Amino acid sequence: MRLLGGLWVAVRISLISVAISIVLGLVAGVLMTSKNKIIKAIFRVYLEIVRIMPQMVLLFIVYFGTTRVFGLNLEPEISAIIVFSFWGVAEMGDLVRGALISIPKIQYESAAALGLTSNQTYRFIILPQTIRRLIPLSINLITRMIKTTSLVMMIGIVEVLKVAQQIIEANRRVSPNAAFGVFAVVFILYFLICWPISKLAAYLEKKWAA
Amino acid sequence: MDFNVIISYLPRYRDALLLTLRVGWQGVFLALAVGILCAVVIDLKIPVLRRIVGFYIELFRNTPLLVQLFFLYFALPKIGLLISPVVCGTLGLGLLGGAYMAETFRSGLENIPPIQKESAESLGMTRMQVFAYVVLPQAVRSSVPGMMANVIFLLKETSVFSTISLMDLMFTAKDLIGMYAKTIECLTMLVVFYLVMLLPVSILGSILERRLRFAEFGD
Repeated sequence: MRLLGGLWVAVRISLISVAISIVLGLVAGVLMTSKNKIIKAIFRVYLEIVRIMPQMVLLFIVYFGTTRVFGLNLEPEISAIIVFSFWGVAEMGDLVRGALISIPKIQYESAAALGLTSNQTYRFIILPQTIRRLIPLSINLITRMIKTTSLVMMIGIVEVLKVAQQIIEANRRVSPNAAFGVFAVVFILYFLICWPISKLAAYLEKKWAA
Repeated sequence: MDFNVIISYLPRYRDALLLTLRVGWQGVFLALAVGILCAVVIDLKIPVLRRIVGFYIELFRNTPLLVQLFFLYFALPKIGLLISPVVCGTLGLGLLGGAYMAETFRSGLENIPPIQKESAESLGMTRMQVFAYVVLPQAVRSSVPGMMANVIFLLKETSVFSTISLMDLMFTAKDLIGMYAKTIECLTMLVVFYLVMLLPVSILGSILERRLRFAEFGD
């Protein structure tokens, strides 16, 4: 059952990253809707980079690149969190931007007509609606993060797959065919974690679609 | 940054790029075929098959590609199914992509207003005709943006192949770093090559999306 320990590492990394992504993503999303061309361009490039670069490449850049360039020796787990947050903030920001845009203009206008300041409009009118639209989408992001954490074994974090390999190696003599069973268990573990979460997201999406 | 190093590494990266692209596109086409087939099975509500396809989609959407590949590559040989890395990569990508494509395509099929089918039937079309001439073209069009996103996602996921010792871009970079410790050059080239591979796809995607939206009915 050491596999569960490995799974916990994976889930922990993704939860921390998700928390960071949600907070910074909200800010990024609001900034993305700004009219300022420079800000827009910067976020556009940022989003495009994150979309195009495989997470594995980002992991390598942060983990191996920083050591070379700045002489920083980052803990693997810290680098993983940095990469996932970097990725998450972009994705989250885009989701927030989408949700903000999808709110009808009349909401802003009515709020202004009622004499609310723009801060008040955001706090009481726009954000509550946005968040409702966002929650299912961000839950999906969580499952994607959990799935992507399987990559962190490449930078030396001992998570589920690594533990699985260790178990197989350790029992090579006793049961040479352990690979099938162990990897099957890993397969099912991931499914059991992600499936309920994505079901929940689908349910909320249906429930709140108005 | 040492440019001589970069130039001397170029051929290896080029080979890796070609291999990545080959496996990537094979995987994408397999994914499209599997996806459309699955979506059609679900849409036509074929009794038992529908359940199986549904289970397959859920299973592959909710597990990471790395785990799927490990299963295909390390676990299946134990029960006597030996697959080469290339086939394994293509198969893994195709199965993962198939599940995503099926979801995208299914929502495309679902979004077609029922009146379209009813009108077609009232014109005397058979079920096959309705599907081929009315439903399918519209569904394909409305699911193109999602599909392009999936294609980029799949091509990105090819970076995972390095773990099953397929000589893709990631593997080459790792290998060269391990041998000559020119980390910065190798990583820079890795980034550039991924950009070269994926930026055109991304741009093509947004062009397609815009053109299709332009041709949309109503609006």
